[in-house]
Amino acid sequence: MELVCPAGNLPSLKAAVDNGANAVYMGFKDDTNARHFAGLNFNDKRALQGIQYAHDRGTRLFVAINTFPQPSGWPRWQDAVDHAGDLGVDALILADIGVMDYARKRWPDLRLHLSVQASATSAEAINFYHQNFGIQRVVLPRVLSIKQVKQVAQQSPVPVEVFGFGSLCVMVEGRCLLSSYVTGRSPNTFGACSPANAVSWKETPDGLETRLNNILIDCHSEGESAGYPTLCKGRFNVNGHTYYAIEEPTSLNTLELLPELQSVGVAAIKIEGRQRSPAYVAQVTKVWREAIDACHKRPDNYQPQPDWLAVLEKMSEGTQTTLGAYHRPWQ
Amino acid sequence: MVLTIGHGNKHSEKMNNEKLKTSLPKLSLGPIFYYWSRDDVLRFYKSISESPVDIVYLGETVCSKRRVMRLDDWLEVADMLQQAGKQVVLSTLTLLEANSEFSSLRTICNNNRYMVEANDIAAVQIMSGKKPFVTGPAVNIYNSGTLSMLSRVGLRRWTLPVELSKETLTHLHQNRPENVETEVFVFGRLPLAYSARCFTARAHNLPKDRCQFICMDYPDGIILRTREDESFLVFNGIQTQSSKTQNLITDIQDFINLEIDVLRISPQFNGTEKIIDIFYNCLHGNITECDAEIKLQKYIQYGKCDGYWRGSAGMDNTSITREQGQAL
Repeated sequence: MELVCPAGNLPSLKAAVDNGANAVYMGFKDDTNARHFAGLNFNDKRALQGIQYAHDRGTRLFVAINTFPQPSGWPRWQDAVDHAGDLGVDALILADIGVMDYARKRWPDLRLHLSVQASATSAEAINFYHQNFGIQRVVLPRVLSIKQVKQVAQQSPVPVEVFGFGSLCVMVEGRCLLSSYVTGRSPNTFGACSPANAVSWKETPDGLETRLNNILIDCHSEGESAGYPTLCKGRFNVNGHTYYAIEEPTSLNTLELLPELQSVGVAAIKIEGRQRSPAYVAQVTKVWREAIDACHKRPDNYQPQPDWLAVLEKMSEGTQTTLGAYHRPWQ
Repeated sequence: MVLTIGHGNKHSEKMNNEKLKTSLPKLSLGPIFYYWSRDDVLRFYKSISESPVDIVYLGETVCSKRRVMRLDDWLEVADMLQQAGKQVVLSTLTLLEANSEFSSLRTICNNNRYMVEANDIAAVQIMSGKKPFVTGPAVNIYNSGTLSMLSRVGLRRWTLPVELSKETLTHLHQNRPENVETEVFVFGRLPLAYSARCFTARAHNLPKDRCQFICMDYPDGIILRTREDESFLVFNGIQTQSSKTQNLITDIQDFINLEIDVLRISPQFNGTEKIIDIFYNCLHGNITECDAEIKLQKYIQYGKCDGYWRGSAGMDNTSITREQGQAL
């Protein structure tokens, strides 16, 4: 199993390479990728430095161009594909059919991966992208259970990559419009969910209110830690009860599932978090490198080490982790 | 593709007078998103057969556990609607996970009687190059490259994803491939997200596999409110919708001018037939857009929105000022 790590900037890229990533994924500084945040991502110069650093040390570099262009923005996506092609990256991670069609024709030798944003949950869907665009790997949506991952991995015409650690979307990626419903901008159209420009925080007698384009996402009383107001992670009222109606603010951590993921034929583990710091990337990469190596050597005796778990817990959003949909206590 | 315009008896006379207006958009009725009892479903489509809607989408698109209507039942309804002059399209599941779901998907896609609406790329793949298909709003067609690629494998009608604007629609429609029709979701609560989790079961502290089909208690979904009691979203099983109803009635003339092929109304438990009538009458110039909007207010429970269409936040209602102006 390969380890694929995130890089939001050059120091993070170096941290991932130095700590044992097999591949690093990054995006350009615009809305062509799904982590379009201020101060993040790579301009031309940094991208060139990044690919040199990675390739000099035998690490591959993937570029995510995984949002959905509309006619007015189309040239930016085309430029992003051409730019990545010119740089000589090792793979493009794509979600949009139009972009894939363009990339396949313009760069016939460039390796294409199917982004999680394409939400391919089945071999049938993967076949579509494989037959039409020759995609060579698919990143599976985080909604599948381990049994379903196994099924897809067995039937898929190409190797599968799954998310191992990081923030968790409870909705199917690429098909969640909650953010644009509230703010006008979504991961699909803009590359960001619950974008920062729509967020406001206000101290009130009831506590700290967090709002998204004026919609109250949550109110934290004293002593409660207030997370970023991602709208699906707020507390709302349903049938007279106020609770995390959609999802608790937890992170995904599948460290304990590694042998299972390996045995069902998963080809790569992806770490989420291009928006996180170089320190996060360094520590998380280091832990996962050790874990994957241990799992490769002795899958039967593999046990997540307490110090690995401690590091990951500390790095998690909401400081709680779950196995996500791989294991479904709610099923 | 030439589609027959169907209509019920009470509207046939008027329709004869309208024959010259061949470029008017047709009206379609989207699939029922909710879980209604079998009696309610059958009663609903009996009354739809007499409505002036041209195209009817039939089938379960949200949750495969909802089984009061089996494929044979849907096909019976389809035959009845077809006899009433409607074009029938069989809709398919949006989020597919289990093997059983794929096998029923294949059965629907391979039927040789009715067109099929793909709501996932798996359905597109099954029909690709074999038979013409329609795509629903959950298939991401955001640009001309995607539209023309899908038309090469059999796409005959596409529905604009709900988060896209009039500007994007105009460009895509005007540059669409030959023989591809365009459909727009013009009325209903917006389908916004899908999850492996069932939020209706979660709201009742029930595990998904033993959900007791609790969503049948909510024929228009469960309302979710913010902590200051503002209605916000609607849970419908694994689907999350807007609480507000998207209503683009005031843009009817624009749809006619743009030569949009089909306008889609999404079923709700009460008033769907009336909503269809209002759209029909507005489309045929019997009532003004403004009057139609006032008449539709009765069928909108948690407020109106049209922001996506205007390029802003989906929940925005850009005609608030106009409504207030009328109130004054």
